[in-house]
Amino acid sequence: MNVIHAYTPGLRVTERTSVRKLRRLPLPGTVHVKVGDVVKATDVVASTELPGRVHTLNIAHELNCQPDEIHNFMLKAEGDVIEHGEILAETKALFGLFHSFVKAPIGGTIETISHTTGQVLFRGEPVPVELDAYVDGTVVEVHHGEGVTVATECALVQGIFGVGGERYGELQVPVQSPQQPLTAELVDDSCKGCVVVGGSVVTIQGIRAAIEHGAAAVAAGGIASEDLDEFTGMALGVAITGQEDIPVTLIITEGFGELAMAERTFRILKGLAGRRASVSGATQIRAGVIRPEIIVSGTAPARPGPTEEPVSLMSIGSQVRLIREPYFGQLAQVVALPPEPEQIPTEAKVRVLQARLAEGTVVTVPRANVELIQG
Amino acid sequence: MTEPEITRILATDCGSTTTKAILIERQDGEYRLVARGEAPTTVEAPHEDVTRGVLNAVAEVEELAGRRLLDGESIIRPAAGDTGTDLYLSTSSAGGGLQIMVVGLVRRMTAESAQRAALGAGAIVMDVLALDDGRLPHERIERMRQLRPDMILISGGVDGGEERRVVEMAELVAAANPTARLGASYRLPIIYAGNVDARAAIEETLRDVAELTITDNLRPTMERENLQPTRLVVQDLFLHHVMAQAPGYAKLVPWTDADIMPTPAAVGNLLQMVAEKEHINAVGVDIGGATTDVFSVFDGQFNRTVSANLGMSYSVANVLAEAGVDNALRWVPYQVNSADVINQVRNKMIRPTTIPQELPALHVEHGIAREALRLAFDQHKALAAGLKGVQTERDIADSFSQELSGATLVNMMELDLIVGSGGVLSHAPRRSQAAMMLIDAFLPEGLTRLAVDSIFMMPQLGVLAAVHEQAATDVFWRDCLVPLGCCLAPVGKYRQGKKCLHITLHMPDGERKLDVSWGDFVLVELGEGDTAMITADPVLGVDVGAGKGRAMTAEVTGGQVGLIIDARGRPLHLPDDQHQRIETMRKWQAALQAYPEVAGS
Repeated sequence: MNVIHAYTPGLRVTERTSVRKLRRLPLPGTVHVKVGDVVKATDVVASTELPGRVHTLNIAHELNCQPDEIHNFMLKAEGDVIEHGEILAETKALFGLFHSFVKAPIGGTIETISHTTGQVLFRGEPVPVELDAYVDGTVVEVHHGEGVTVATECALVQGIFGVGGERYGELQVPVQSPQQPLTAELVDDSCKGCVVVGGSVVTIQGIRAAIEHGAAAVAAGGIASEDLDEFTGMALGVAITGQEDIPVTLIITEGFGELAMAERTFRILKGLAGRRASVSGATQIRAGVIRPEIIVSGTAPARPGPTEEPVSLMSIGSQVRLIREPYFGQLAQVVALPPEPEQIPTEAKVRVLQARLAEGTVVTVPRANVELIQG
Repeated sequence: MTEPEITRILATDCGSTTTKAILIERQDGEYRLVARGEAPTTVEAPHEDVTRGVLNAVAEVEELAGRRLLDGESIIRPAAGDTGTDLYLSTSSAGGGLQIMVVGLVRRMTAESAQRAALGAGAIVMDVLALDDGRLPHERIERMRQLRPDMILISGGVDGGEERRVVEMAELVAAANPTARLGASYRLPIIYAGNVDARAAIEETLRDVAELTITDNLRPTMERENLQPTRLVVQDLFLHHVMAQAPGYAKLVPWTDADIMPTPAAVGNLLQMVAEKEHINAVGVDIGGATTDVFSVFDGQFNRTVSANLGMSYSVANVLAEAGVDNALRWVPYQVNSADVINQVRNKMIRPTTIPQELPALHVEHGIAREALRLAFDQHKALAAGLKGVQTERDIADSFSQELSGATLVNMMELDLIVGSGGVLSHAPRRSQAAMMLIDAFLPEGLTRLAVDSIFMMPQLGVLAAVHEQAATDVFWRDCLVPLGCCLAPVGKYRQGKKCLHITLHMPDGERKLDVSWGDFVLVELGEGDTAMITADPVLGVDVGAGKGRAMTAEVTGGQVGLIIDARGRPLHLPDDQHQRIETMRKWQAALQAYPEVAGS
């Protein structure tokens, strides 16, 4: 049976679009803004308190008694607020000459006292959580007690892969072309707090320099796998990222290896140099795809029209990027879409297309191995 | 409805990314596959209704089969002429499948039994919490909060045994107050299948925080597991609680003529039925983009494991990380730059739908597949094991064997059939590539049949097996399985080039005799539908299934590859020297005509 693959929908790279961002608290809390409010990316739009960490202590073990006896010795009850080191339970023997007591391991509240197991659960102080707007924009929806949706007119560049969470900073483009690597020499103190954009690749030395000079994030066409592993301190397994504890967020627009950033992506980012960007490295490549992104709010309103929606149809003349060896990273124009499956060098029979590379050669590639360029 | 009245069956499998529909019809007294269609699954935005994908997949079947099955948005029943179907069935793994967290007392005992029960019910086990898991109580609570499972299974304690510790674990669950993954408004289902004496205390501890179901202890004694009641409860809760929250399922459930099954549970169901009917031991493997499922039935005992991060696209980089790059590349018949390969593999992960275009990329992909299969099978062998912690009486003879309680049930010499499925196996450009991947990864011993699932319809046939065994069996053997042939692998002390076996084959075209030496890897042509009688007479100390040095006579069935005589030894050793390794790989691949000639070979 022949394999029929759909082609990969491309990433969005556009100077003008509308983006709506759902900002949701991890637990119900308080929303601090209302519909119509104009917010800055760093404004707190909602907040809540996460329940404190739970600690356990088996009082029966500590006092060497049966679980159903601990009520005789408890000095505190469920719901009592306790301080770290406070005595919780006490036994006295031999007319009070010998004491055994148990002290609170943390400050907080006694949540439960079990007479079946002798276990006492303590809840630590709640942890406040503040949720910011992430993008400069307008609140268009309030989700009662849960969060808000913020809409923004912006430039949007989606990357293919990233690491690190949400960060903000001025876009700075120290490289001259999309082919130029971002090396350590190009990063200096002027990059402090910035989103630094490189060309074909960011080296590990470039990342180290970005960390040293206090950059907020780095974006580049590619990164060598070994450099990424050194940066994150672990071998990449599954592409579910965004939670890494790393000092700068990293966004890769093309893939692994040294790969020139797409001309259009580079041109848009270069044109926005000096503007403030919201970035996120969060990536999830499974159901519910999440791609890393660079958002620069405050561009003119999006033009209505089909270019604002992801392109879903490929036709002759479509611009594509080839996303698998032997042509990985090259741009091309579709010149033929044969309907019948054809045999490729692996001997697999698959649906293919013919595309003209930038230097003029026409090549045949599986449709699964191209990405539409859209935005 | 009695079996003979069924003339047409429609079945769908709602996967994470694709919904697959098959149409089966009764033709000349037997059931055959008529058409297969597929469409993107529509559980997520913008559709958020699984039935859209089902209707689209069925519409494709309608078009391909020239039958009318839909009347607007409903499935026409019963079948009459070219219209309608008598049965509609479905499985589902959409939205990430059924995700369970397991809580037990001792990791290798009750917690492991609970893990087996959950896996057998078709679940993905997100984590196993146990008293001896090395975590502090607050870390266990954090983990429960963080994971948001579809349900929690609590086991622990044999009946009449430890009670307090089980309740202690339940108290941690209550403190975590975990919320369900789907639907913030409904209470998380928790199953208690532990010590019966602790039931009242468990109920008191958990009734306010969760939807508690109490069922039979899955480990009533140290010597006995009782997993079936738990499996049934898991599947029932999956259907009535978890799926009820998934977008569109409330609409889909009344359409079906039998309960919707979790996809892996259906595959397990089918494999069990086949093993039982044929009186065989069987292993099935499904290597997907994100996960690899392994199923086995040995002496009637069913086991399933899922290796959550061993897959060929979304988690392909993790296979490299776990197996090691050198292990994956040892199967590639040329020298490659490992740094380039790591970049290429990660690029495949971030663009998961791409396929190898050139031969080197195919070799690398097949090398990685062997490692994913090998690792997944290792995990399966570890879990598909006898009960641990059982005291056994040992006599003098036992003291010379290394067998411990908890030894794996997977006996490669007793294995009769390996079925492979998943894109890398089912869609390999040459069937011999699939055969080599299965042999190299699983290392079958003695005589073993090999097959691949042509278009991965085992899930649909699994749910069908529950209501119409004959239809499921007919389609499984005639349309689902692609027979690759058989592998005969002697086991014994390996001495390169030394004779280990004499084979006499009574083939359709006459008798053939063959001397086999250690190191040989030979393909004997035996086509699909052909059979031959084989007598394999091993030298002293070598076993082909009848015992060391004893001759074995059996019928072998052919396939799209043929009969493979694999005397490369067990385990398989590849030369350390790069040139010798490459030469060896090329020789093996040439023996099976597995790949086009490599340039420079």
